[in-house]
Amino acid sequence: MKLHRPANRHLLLALALLVLPFVIDALFGHGWVRIADFALLYIMLALGLNIVVGYAGLLDLGYIAFFAVGAYTYALLGSPQFGLHWPMYVVLPLGALFACFFGVLLGAPTLRLRGDYLAIVTLGFGEIIRIFMNNLNAPVNITNGPQGISSIDPLHVGTFSFAGQHELFGIGFSSVHQHYYLFLAFTLLVAFVSLRLQHSRIGRAWMAIREDEVAANAMGINTRNIKLLAFAMGATFGGISGGLFAGFQGFVSPESFSLMESIMVLCMVVLGGMGNITGVVLGGVLLVVLPEVFRHGAGPLQQALFGKIVVDPESLRMLMFGLALILVMLWRPAGLWPSTQRRRELMPDESVAQQEQDTVYDSAK
Amino acid sequence: MTQPNDMLLNLAGVCKHFGGLAALSGVSLHIKRGEIYGLIGPNGAGKTTLFNVITGLYQLDEGTFNFDGSDYACCKPHVLAQAGIARTFQNIRLFANMSALENVMVGRHLRTRSGIWGALTRNRAARVEEQAIEERAHELLRYVGIHRPSNTLAKNLSYGEQRRLEIARALATEPKLLALDEPAAGMNATETESLKELMKKIRASGITVLLIEHDVKLIMGLCDRVAVLDYGKKIAEGVPEQVRNDAAVIAAYLGTDSPRPHAGEGQGVRVSE
Repeated sequence: MKLHRPANRHLLLALALLVLPFVIDALFGHGWVRIADFALLYIMLALGLNIVVGYAGLLDLGYIAFFAVGAYTYALLGSPQFGLHWPMYVVLPLGALFACFFGVLLGAPTLRLRGDYLAIVTLGFGEIIRIFMNNLNAPVNITNGPQGISSIDPLHVGTFSFAGQHELFGIGFSSVHQHYYLFLAFTLLVAFVSLRLQHSRIGRAWMAIREDEVAANAMGINTRNIKLLAFAMGATFGGISGGLFAGFQGFVSPESFSLMESIMVLCMVVLGGMGNITGVVLGGVLLVVLPEVFRHGAGPLQQALFGKIVVDPESLRMLMFGLALILVMLWRPAGLWPSTQRRRELMPDESVAQQEQDTVYDSAK
Repeated sequence: MTQPNDMLLNLAGVCKHFGGLAALSGVSLHIKRGEIYGLIGPNGAGKTTLFNVITGLYQLDEGTFNFDGSDYACCKPHVLAQAGIARTFQNIRLFANMSALENVMVGRHLRTRSGIWGALTRNRAARVEEQAIEERAHELLRYVGIHRPSNTLAKNLSYGEQRRLEIARALATEPKLLALDEPAAGMNATETESLKELMKKIRASGITVLLIEHDVKLIMGLCDRVAVLDYGKKIAEGVPEQVRNDAAVIAAYLGTDSPRPHAGEGQGVRVSE
């Protein structure tokens, strides 16, 4: 089998993704499969945000709001809160649809804003949604306020629940394994959609707006609609991820949707490599897994070295996170795995050298 | 004199104010189909303002704006692009981090239709369209004379090539009127000469050209008709010969012995050679 053939490489990748939860389970234990599940949810979020930030160049600091909308839609329609127990295949698309609606709702008034101003307004929007969730328990109790909504229905199709134990071909699948496959399927779908959009007429229009909105408009791109489309697509992915999160976690509360989460998702996009799907996936995996490594590793390590815990692992986690951000921005400003375009942009390459030569030649002529 | 449908663009009494400043006061322009129409004037005369009104970047305050038989006053740039007015920018505004080819492909956006569904399924219609876009973009790159690898980033092209790429991108929108804002600015004599050839070629293909230029020699040698703006007013219009000898034009460019009301300093541009 030749590895450089794309078909073979894809097959290998697919196999690796399929056996991954069992490998993780065997090597690190059950808890880490759960972390892998969360990584997939975050990758979905990061891919959604990548459309808004990476493709269309609209800096959105309140992206987690769409995650919240998706999660609360699932929670309200599939929990004892209202006694509704709608099936997943209705609630998930509905959550995506609501998130999409909120994406347009946010997008519409911010169309004239650019750069820093857009960032501030989106940041405000993210907080508004969170505060709404926090306070919608009076006068009519809708969201249960800061207590959040608990005992949400698990993700299920018909009688098959992803939270239950199942056995197939003599292999036991536990809840985290089944969720892994479900999330993987959705992540692949989101990645596929992103990839197809990137290399299309719509994707080019997004990138044109990112590069120069005035010129894009003058070239006949209806910048209003195309920007709204970016917001809507990004929000939809956020909504799907949110619904899955609510069903997986079984509990949602406003504090899961803080500004910090928005920043985290943005960091995944920027650190991984804006505009490049592989980079964004890498960013998502690293930013979910590394903090967990610190959480589990820093305490025992300090015990072993100093005999006591010197720095609280939780603070250390944030410290290392900040350090990692600075280092990446210093050494790999385009992200860990930048798109070829951004790589060309930030690194002097042959074509630049060639051009300089040409200029010299031109002026000598 | 001419039939109304000979006229492509009719502007009458166009006014544009920025606060108390009247950038354009009562400018009328009539551009015939198939001509190269030059717009000149000293710095600050309102050329670019008029240009931005024509391409929808600014909304006119007063006056009428008729293009190809329909009224387009106060339309957004993309509507005017759809109607058939394409432009380039004085300070080049390419999509710097996209390839030369992609820049031109973006120009095809408004003449193509495939949306989200086409992008996701890559159905037959979408694939055929995408291929047509790419072929046309390659064609246009050759047409304007860019012979680089088409994946060269726009910002890595030489200055002259960037100007040409802007023209290719504008041509991709299938314009009826191509509006060029100082295309020869910063070009050397050879580059200007080949640009002149390109503009003649574009006109021969049936596209009307509106040209703003500082290079009076280029304007005089190329344009069928010329209008001169000064302080937001049209002070002369006609064939180059006529405009060149117009007293008001000479006064605007070189100044007169008796001071004019708002006498601006001469631009150091000689009208006659």
